[in-house]
Amino acid sequence: MADAPYKFDEMQQADGSIRTPYGDYNSWYEEQAADLLRRKHFEAEGNFRRTGITFNVYGDNEAEERLIPFDMVPRVIGAGEWRKLTRGIEQRVRALNAFMYDLYHRQEIIRAGRVPERLFRNNAAWLPNMVGFTPPGGVYTHIVGIDLVRTGPDEWFVLEDNARTPSGVSYMLENRETMMSMFPELFTRVGVEPVSDYPRRLAKSLAACAPPATKGKPVVAVLTPGIFNSAYFEHAFLADQMGAELVEGSDLRVVDGRVGMRTTRGFKPVDVIYRRVDDDFLDPLSFNPSSVLGIPGIMDVYRAGGVTIANAPGTGVCDDKAIYSFMPEIVEFYTGEKPLLPNVQTWRCSEADSLAYVLDNLAEVVVKEVHGSGGYGMLIGPTASRREIAEFRRKLAANPDNYIAQPTLALSTCPIFTKSGLAPRHVDLRPFVLVSPEKIDITPGGLTRVAMKKGSLVVNSSQGGGTKDTWVLKD
Amino acid sequence: MLGRTANGLFWMFRYLERAENTARLLDAGLRMALTRDLASSKEEWRSVIQTAGQKTAYEKKFDNYTGSQAWNFVLRDKENQASVMRMMDSVRTNARLSRNAISSELWEAINESWMQIKEMLARPVTQATVGQVVAAVRRGGTLVHGAMAGSMLRSEGYHFARAGTFLERGESTARILDIKYYLLLPSFSYVGSTHDTGQWDTVLRSVSGDRGYRFLNAGQIDARGIVEFLLLDTRFPRSLAFCHAAVRENLRALAKIHGIEAQSNILMREADTRIADMNVDAVFEMGLHRFLIEFMNSNAAIAAAIAEDYRFTA
Repeated sequence: MADAPYKFDEMQQADGSIRTPYGDYNSWYEEQAADLLRRKHFEAEGNFRRTGITFNVYGDNEAEERLIPFDMVPRVIGAGEWRKLTRGIEQRVRALNAFMYDLYHRQEIIRAGRVPERLFRNNAAWLPNMVGFTPPGGVYTHIVGIDLVRTGPDEWFVLEDNARTPSGVSYMLENRETMMSMFPELFTRVGVEPVSDYPRRLAKSLAACAPPATKGKPVVAVLTPGIFNSAYFEHAFLADQMGAELVEGSDLRVVDGRVGMRTTRGFKPVDVIYRRVDDDFLDPLSFNPSSVLGIPGIMDVYRAGGVTIANAPGTGVCDDKAIYSFMPEIVEFYTGEKPLLPNVQTWRCSEADSLAYVLDNLAEVVVKEVHGSGGYGMLIGPTASRREIAEFRRKLAANPDNYIAQPTLALSTCPIFTKSGLAPRHVDLRPFVLVSPEKIDITPGGLTRVAMKKGSLVVNSSQGGGTKDTWVLKD
Repeated sequence: MLGRTANGLFWMFRYLERAENTARLLDAGLRMALTRDLASSKEEWRSVIQTAGQKTAYEKKFDNYTGSQAWNFVLRDKENQASVMRMMDSVRTNARLSRNAISSELWEAINESWMQIKEMLARPVTQATVGQVVAAVRRGGTLVHGAMAGSMLRSEGYHFARAGTFLERGESTARILDIKYYLLLPSFSYVGSTHDTGQWDTVLRSVSGDRGYRFLNAGQIDARGIVEFLLLDTRFPRSLAFCHAAVRENLRALAKIHGIEAQSNILMREADTRIADMNVDAVFEMGLHRFLIEFMNSNAAIAAAIAEDYRFTA
C-alpha cells in the first residue's frame, strides 16, 4: 500500500527518541511484561461486550451488534499543544454558529460576495422554514465535532466539521473508563485531564439554551430513532449520564402549545430536545408529509419559543464539504481573524480549473462526495485500483458539482498494540465542543479514531477503524 | 417515567419469568423422563410442550415426541416464537429500551446472562448438556433478580418490574395446575398409586416446589395438600396467593407514588375479596378449573389496566 513520503509518528521520532508528551507513558510501558499486556488486550474486549458498548450493523437478516475495536495504547497530547488547538477550534465553532445565523437571516456573507449563493440553495440540508427565526439563545450548533488530522509536530488541519449530529462521544467516555479500570496505576503516574464530566457539561450547556416557555429547571430529553439505530447505545448512555429521559418520536406529542412526553402521569412538557434524528424525521407537517415518524407540529412550537431543538434544524448545511471548502473565508468574515486551524487544501470539482486538475491527478488525490459521510462513496487515489479510478472518473465527469478533492495527506501515526508489540497506525481526532450563550466549552480530549490495518488511511468505524483513549496532559 | 419505559420494564420481567418458568418445566420433564419407560416418557414430553403452551407450534413441525426434539424446540427452535432464546432476546431488547431506567448492574446481569445462554444455544442441545442449559437459564434469572434487589431505586420502575414478575409467575403456576388438574381431583386422590404420586411430584417440580412442599408436609404427598400449597400457601413464593399479594403490594406502591388510585388498584381489590376467604374445600366445591380460569382472567384484566393506567402505549 502506498504511503505518502513523510510520516509523523506522535510517539517516536525518526531518530528513535520518544516525544515529550509520551515520555511518562513510555517509561511505564517499558516496565510492563509483554504477556500481561497481551492478556489485558483480550480483557478489554470482554469488558466492552459485557457492558454492551456496541454499534449495530445491518446484515441480511437481522441487525447484528458489533464492537468497535479498542486499542489500549493512549493517544497523548501535550498541554501546550492542546491549548493551541482549543483556540483554533473555538474560533472555528464561533464562526460556524455566526455563519448559520447569517445564512438564515440577512446573508451578509453572500451579499459581500465571499460565498456563492448556489452553495446552499442547492443544499438539501438548507431549510427555508428556518429563515428569519432565531433559536433560543442564538445557538444553532449546540454540539459540534471537529475532525482534525495532523501531519507534523505543529501541523494540524481540520478535515471535516460535524454540526448536524456528531456521534462518538460515548466512546471517548467509555474508552477512558476502560483504561482506568485496566491500568489504574498508569493514571497515578501520568497527570491526565479528566473527560468524565462531559455529560454534566452537556446537560448544563443544553439547559442554558432552554426556550422562553421554560418553567423552573429545564427538562431535557434525548430523542433517538430507537434501538435499531447504529448509535443507540450512545443515545441511551448520554441520557443516562445526564439524568435525562430517552425518548422516541412516538413518546412525544404537541399538547397545549408545548412538546409533551408521554409519562406514566400523562404528558409532561419537554424544554430542550437533544435530538439524534435527522431533520427529515422531526416534523412530518414541515418536512416529510409521507413520514409516519416525527412529531407533527413540533416546528410550530419551536418557532413560538416553546422548545429548543439541539442542534437546530438546518445546521446540516455546515457538514457539506463544498461549504467546508469556504471555511477559511467564513472564519475570517465573522471573526475578523485569520483562521488558527487551517483547512486541508480542497479542490472544488464544480470549478472547471479544479476539475481538470483533479481528473489529471486522480491517482494522487482523495475525492469525496460533498454530502457524503462515514467514509462511504470516496476514492483514495493512491490505494485505488485502475478500475476504481476509471469508474470514479466517469462519476466525476458526469456530476462534478457533487465532489471535492483533497491531497492525500501523510496522516500522523500513533502506536497500537499488536501481537508483536507496538506498531504505528494512522489516526485522526474528533474533539467535542459544546456551545451555549454562556460559552464555548471544549472537553480536553476527544475521540481518536485509528486505522487498524497497516498503512490504511481510513479510520471510520463503518470501515473497520478502531478507537483509542485520548489523553490531554495536565500542565 | 415514560410510559414506554414502564412498558419495557414490565415486559422485560414478564419475559424473564416466562423463560425461567419454561426452564423449570423442562427440568421437571427431564427428571420424569429418566424415571419412566419410553412410552410414558413420550407422554411426559407431550405434557411439557402442552404446559409450555407450545403444542400447536410443535405439532406443526413434528409428528412425534422425543426428548431431544422437545427440549431443542422449547429452547432454541427458530420457528418457535416462544422459545427460551426468543424470550431472552425479548428480555434484553426491553432492557435496552429501558436502559436508562435500570441500574448498570442490572443491565450487565441481563446482558451477561443473555450472552451465556445465546452461546449455549448456538448449537443443538444434547442430553449431556441440556441440564446445564436449564440451570444457566435459572441462574440468569437469579442473577438478574439479585442485581435488581441490590442496586435499583425503589421508584416506579421497580414496581412495574415486580408487578410484571408476579403477574407472570402467578399465571404460570395457574396454567400448570390447570393442565394437570385432572390428576389432582379429589376423586382420584385417594387411589394413592405410585404413578399418581409421581405425577404430583412432577407438578411440584415444575414450579420448584417439591422440596418446600415436603418440608412443610413432612413428606406426605396428597392432592389436596398440593392444591392448597400451590394455590393458597403464602409461604411458597410461587403460589397464587403469594404472587397475588406481591402484585397488590407493587400496585399499592405505584398508587402511592402517583397519588391516585387507578383502575388496576380497583380490580386488584376485587380480586382480593375473591381470594381472601378461599380455602381448599371451597376451591374444589367451585371447581378447580373454574377457579383457575377466573384467576387467570382477573390477572389479564389487571395487566391490561396497568398498561392503560400508566400509559404504556400511545
